[in-house]
Amino acid sequence: MAELETVILDRAGIGRALTRIAHEILERNKGTSGLALVGIRTGGDWLAEQLRTRIAEIEGEEIPLGEVDITMYRDDLGTRGSLPVGKTQIPFPLDERRIILVDDVLFTGRTIRAAMDALIDLGRPRNIQLAVLIDRGHRELPIRPDYVGRNVPTSREEKIAVEFDDQRQAIEVRLIKP
Amino acid sequence: MTFRHKHILGTEQLSRDDIELILDTADSFKEINAREIKKVPTLRGKTIINLFYEASTRTRTSFEIAGKRLSADTVNITASSSSVVKGETLEDTAKNIEAMKPDIIVMRHAASGAPHYLAERLDCSVINAGDGAHEHPSQALLDLLTIREKKGRLEGLTVAIVGDITHSRVARSNLYAMKKMGMTVRLVGPGTMMPPGIERLGAEVYTDMREALRDADVVMMLRIQLERQGKTMLPTLREYARFYGLNLENLKLAKPDAIVLHPGPMNRGVEISSYVADGAQSVILDQVENGVAIRMALLYLVAGGESKEA
Repeated sequence: MAELETVILDRAGIGRALTRIAHEILERNKGTSGLALVGIRTGGDWLAEQLRTRIAEIEGEEIPLGEVDITMYRDDLGTRGSLPVGKTQIPFPLDERRIILVDDVLFTGRTIRAAMDALIDLGRPRNIQLAVLIDRGHRELPIRPDYVGRNVPTSREEKIAVEFDDQRQAIEVRLIKP
Repeated sequence: MTFRHKHILGTEQLSRDDIELILDTADSFKEINAREIKKVPTLRGKTIINLFYEASTRTRTSFEIAGKRLSADTVNITASSSSVVKGETLEDTAKNIEAMKPDIIVMRHAASGAPHYLAERLDCSVINAGDGAHEHPSQALLDLLTIREKKGRLEGLTVAIVGDITHSRVARSNLYAMKKMGMTVRLVGPGTMMPPGIERLGAEVYTDMREALRDADVVMMLRIQLERQGKTMLPTLREYARFYGLNLENLKLAKPDAIVLHPGPMNRGVEISSYVADGAQSVILDQVENGVAIRMALLYLVAGGESKEA
């Protein structure tokens, strides 16, 4: 059976969602003071980069940017085997920062749990907020996003694909039905 | 790509892709070793037994630290303090250890093939930490990681490996691995220490050290293994040092930016002069540092390696 794909966000839609999220981050945190972005590899790190650009356009200030790889903190080594381990690069101290954790798709919440554990091993942030481009539901842990690009109701069997171009710009989000 | 090996018995069984994956994984794990809290929960609940039938400080400590940094429980068994001295056979020791349900056994043994023997008989993973004069895969991999880090690549480099090739598991593991990575390997040593037919594995064989050093990118000195040496191989250490010792003068024959490796422990003044060992071209302590990262990578890859990819 052929897979059915629907485009649920195009390049312009993604751009508008990220711009809105950038404004919401600044509004909620009353500016850029103490803020830092940490993207979850891979996908979230590229979105974090784009959020940083937008925040700089609005406030005229570049906030620190890091990326976290959660492979070492996964809870499914036994069932999924050893996936390639990427690099965590956080070139600033986390202590007392307000961290905006960025991911492309929020699903079970297990990735976010792992990312939070990874961050807390590296320091003690003042708080951690979560920004995602797509929230597709089906949480398995008590985790909720603070900033959402688009809520997309899905069934468990469906997939969400976020496409990036070679400039690391998100260009399309597709819903794939099995 | 994923890693498909349940055991790490030698570099002979690893493909170029496997080696690249191991080096990349180790590279990612290096970051943990620079943290203030040097621990991640990756292998929580896994039990690793270091079964060492031969003396070792570096390798055993390195495997133990690697396991602990990944949150595994590590237990060390050394032959001198175990039932081995009471006459228990290798298989019985291993079966008894297996009954305690470890996930990985890291093993060093004086007999070539001992880890392979265990791997065939046990359900858990086996990592070879040196078997006789056969292989020492984690050493070769940490050497490659160090070379790649310092030179930015492996392909096309020329390596001179100097010393007692016959008794060197380090040389053999490196030869297999380096050939797979597209490197030129020159083996140098006195005729008595050069196994006949080794050129069939793709090595260039030299007896004149000066010739072998010429324009090399990497010089790897091997330890003269006094414990494995029959008296006949070597007239005197002084004579050996004169013909096959690395010093500031003959090192000049290699490329100006050549790096010097040694698997340790060094016999200063025999195979390597202190001026070279402590000099700017020496990367010997980088090797030790990279050893922990390589062993973390091996433990991680083996621990998940047999599972099916989702």
